[in-house]
Amino acid sequence: MSTKRVIVDPITRIEGHLRIEVEVDENNVIQDAFSSATLWRGLETIVKNRDPRDAGFLMQRICGVCTFSHYRAGIEAVEDALGIVPPLNAKLTRSLMNQALFMHDHVVHFYHLHGLDWVDVVSALDADVAKASKEAFKYTKYPIATGENDLLKVKDRVKAFVDKGELGPFANAYWGHGTFKFTPEQNLIALSHYLKALEVQRTAAQLMAMFGGKQPHPQSLTVGGVTCVMDLLDPSRMGEYLTKYKEVANFIEHAYYADIKMAGGAYFKEGSVTAQAGTMNFMSHQMMELNRSEYLFDTGIILNGDLSKVYPINEDLITEEATHSWYADNEPLHPYNGKTNPNYTGLKDKMTIGPDGKEIPSKSLDDQGKYSWIKSPRYDGQVMEVGPLSCLLVSYAKGNTKVKAVVDEFLQETGLPTEALFTALGRTAARCLQAMAIIRNGMETFNTLIENLKVDQETCASYHIDKDKEYKGRFIGDVPRGMLSHWVRIKNGVIENYQAVVPSTWNAGPTDSKGQKGPYESNLIGLKVEDISKPLEIIRIIHSFDPCIACAVHVMDKKGNNLGVYKVDPIYGCSC
Amino acid sequence: MKENSLFNRLSKRLESLEKLPKIDETKSIPKVLEEKGFSRRDFMKWATAVTAMLALPANFTPLVAKAAEISDRLPIIWLHMAECTGCSESLLRTDAPTIDSLIFDYISLEYHETLMASAGWQAEENLEHAIEKHKGNYILMVEGGIPSGDTDFYLTIGGHGKTGEQNAKDACESAKAIFAIGTCSSFGGVQAANPNPTGAVALSKVTNRTVINVPGCPPSEKNIVGTLLHFILYGTLPALDPYNRPKWAYGLRIHDLCERRGHFDAGEFVEEFGDEGAKKGYCLYKVGCKGPYTFNNCSKNKFNQHTSWPIQAGHGCIGCSEPDFWDTMGPFEEPVADRLYNSVFGGLGADATADKIGVGLLAVTGIGIAAHAAISKFKHPKDEE
Repeated sequence: MSTKRVIVDPITRIEGHLRIEVEVDENNVIQDAFSSATLWRGLETIVKNRDPRDAGFLMQRICGVCTFSHYRAGIEAVEDALGIVPPLNAKLTRSLMNQALFMHDHVVHFYHLHGLDWVDVVSALDADVAKASKEAFKYTKYPIATGENDLLKVKDRVKAFVDKGELGPFANAYWGHGTFKFTPEQNLIALSHYLKALEVQRTAAQLMAMFGGKQPHPQSLTVGGVTCVMDLLDPSRMGEYLTKYKEVANFIEHAYYADIKMAGGAYFKEGSVTAQAGTMNFMSHQMMELNRSEYLFDTGIILNGDLSKVYPINEDLITEEATHSWYADNEPLHPYNGKTNPNYTGLKDKMTIGPDGKEIPSKSLDDQGKYSWIKSPRYDGQVMEVGPLSCLLVSYAKGNTKVKAVVDEFLQETGLPTEALFTALGRTAARCLQAMAIIRNGMETFNTLIENLKVDQETCASYHIDKDKEYKGRFIGDVPRGMLSHWVRIKNGVIENYQAVVPSTWNAGPTDSKGQKGPYESNLIGLKVEDISKPLEIIRIIHSFDPCIACAVHVMDKKGNNLGVYKVDPIYGCSC
Repeated sequence: MKENSLFNRLSKRLESLEKLPKIDETKSIPKVLEEKGFSRRDFMKWATAVTAMLALPANFTPLVAKAAEISDRLPIIWLHMAECTGCSESLLRTDAPTIDSLIFDYISLEYHETLMASAGWQAEENLEHAIEKHKGNYILMVEGGIPSGDTDFYLTIGGHGKTGEQNAKDACESAKAIFAIGTCSSFGGVQAANPNPTGAVALSKVTNRTVINVPGCPPSEKNIVGTLLHFILYGTLPALDPYNRPKWAYGLRIHDLCERRGHFDAGEFVEEFGDEGAKKGYCLYKVGCKGPYTFNNCSKNKFNQHTSWPIQAGHGCIGCSEPDFWDTMGPFEEPVADRLYNSVFGGLGADATADKIGVGLLAVTGIGIAAHAAISKFKHPKDEE
């Protein structure tokens, strides 16, 4: 059987540098797939020997998209090491900032990163504006930005673009592709929301900036608590937060959620979004404090898609290996013992499918050897998918009523079976459902904070770092892209060892020594591609994971100044 | 007199620019503004603010307005190197739905990996096409440090496996102007911090062309937009400081216009995070603020549509727009003159730098500030409560 090689690099509309390669048979069905991160930065090496209080600031720079996740993880890993429990006000403030991050991240992902895989911008020009305006009411009682006048304006704006033949950032995309399933009216609704979401995401970013000073890269967390005490004690600030929170929540409910329901109906039979997830193992960790003791999302592992049982996580069973990664040491190791010795072995000359469908000489991944800067994390030797879908499934299976209500409502309103969740469609919907669970319950965090501030204005716990003592601690939680952990060891008052294991490492990692493929890779196999010179289906599947590649690549310097020997932190990597 | 000649020069520049073809004939900024419900008055108000930000006299406002109106002659290519995408995210936060963001909607962003619809070969085609079509006329903006040490293969892009360094070099060659957006492309950034395992360097180290640095981690959207407008207005390099930063944005220290400056002068300091001084908004110098050593306009322009900035949120400045700040400004929560960890990198701490730069401000200011802080405390027993 002869196969053809397809390279997709760069995968755009993601954070970071990612390449996907697949082998297709004569029917364009994917027989094999390879996921490769093509950038290495080495932040875990850099954080070594520094003041532990600086860890959060450095690690934050892993990613400017999930721009709060690594900051918080870096701060809380050090707090855990030093045995510090931050005051309730600090915990709740961090939770509010985290809610803002989830809301922001998921809206931007759906509309600006993933959206153009679902929405045919050019087709929107054929829409009947009046019909589209009516259509919007099918998915919500209070549609946003879909009045006839709004839609007409959007249509005219796009028409001016298209007539001119200059599509700017929309140029050279796969418009007219056979797997776009929205009607022209549905495309127009989604397009209108694409533009509206550009505004809403700025408001969501302001929510974080109110307590964080700025976004991206907020700057108000410190080991022991938060520094934004003036903002917390200012009633006008809290009022401002409330107003903007509601504005964003309104968009999530009446545009984002509505569009997800619309997509559920339209794409229900499209193979590139309804093929079963390649890895049916899902892992997630508790996150999102609502009050003094309750978290919105739960911890656990689901194996083989069986929702009848949720297993606890044993942190000791996490390993990472580099059989197919550009590092020298291949054996699976727990992150505390991980090694990262860079060993770039290059690309291979091959003929692959070019932009016009004909084979052209290219530089292709050496899939028999090493082919990515991401390592392969495993739990008890098994591949795990992490992310909002895992988070929802774990909480759902555990009978978490707040999450269950949102998921059941979605399934009921769309008529989709539970199995529909275990797909790219489910992964995309899960992000929205997570946002819905947050907006329905997030006010509890806010109200608890207000109540507490009346009697307690503590925002920072004091602590002392003893230079003669050794400390060890970690952060584990779920962030917008899934389960994140940071691990730190402190000695002589400075960081001796630091490792971050991030969601995109779990999902985007290459094949392991046993031949087990990472979630990206296994989800692509069996997928039929309509036109191999325009592999929209591949991009659609990969985007459903919300890749964050800068996060996924980590390195640890094992021997101080010896640059030749690194330890990558496999599991203990990064957050997004 | 001097002002007059500048005015005339800028007017001429705009006139000649206006004769260039628009990228998109169907739109003009005034038209788009009108569609979006902005009055001429709103627009002029914004232009007044930008004029002040660019350190131009008030009577230059009409020129700034015009520069914004004809920004549609500018094709832009934005490249991603070793980075975290924070600078692109900052750009997305640009005042909206206000005029800054419209300008970015409106100029032609020919290539931007985070935003563009196409992928793979088609994306590469877009880049080649844009460089070819706009040869000598496009603005290049680069985000991220450039791996270029023992191997530049720490970053490759595209089906031909080109290195990031080669991509950046090629795009620099035919650019009309080159801006390094963010501290990574300006100075190497976080990946270039000690021990710089990937040999990451600033964009200016891999090209012979002049690079204007717009540092910050990330820079505010206002500095990105302002840099563009400045280029349209002048068509030449802006006045630059020794680190090639435009003086209009990076001419003053954070400390100079800080909202907590009064407390500094009065000797009122936050002694530790969460104390009474913190609740009252006292100066953050003693908990490590690097505002006195950092040149940027955050204290004036703030972030996220003026929502806040780090010092307002109670945390000191970390000096993110300075070269090598990761190595020279840390630990971020210790004052420069009172640090516990100053020899972590064999003396490569802020104190060591202060000595090296000696000529400059850093050392002198550092000593001055520390002395002032100490004296102030001595003078004001209320701090000892």
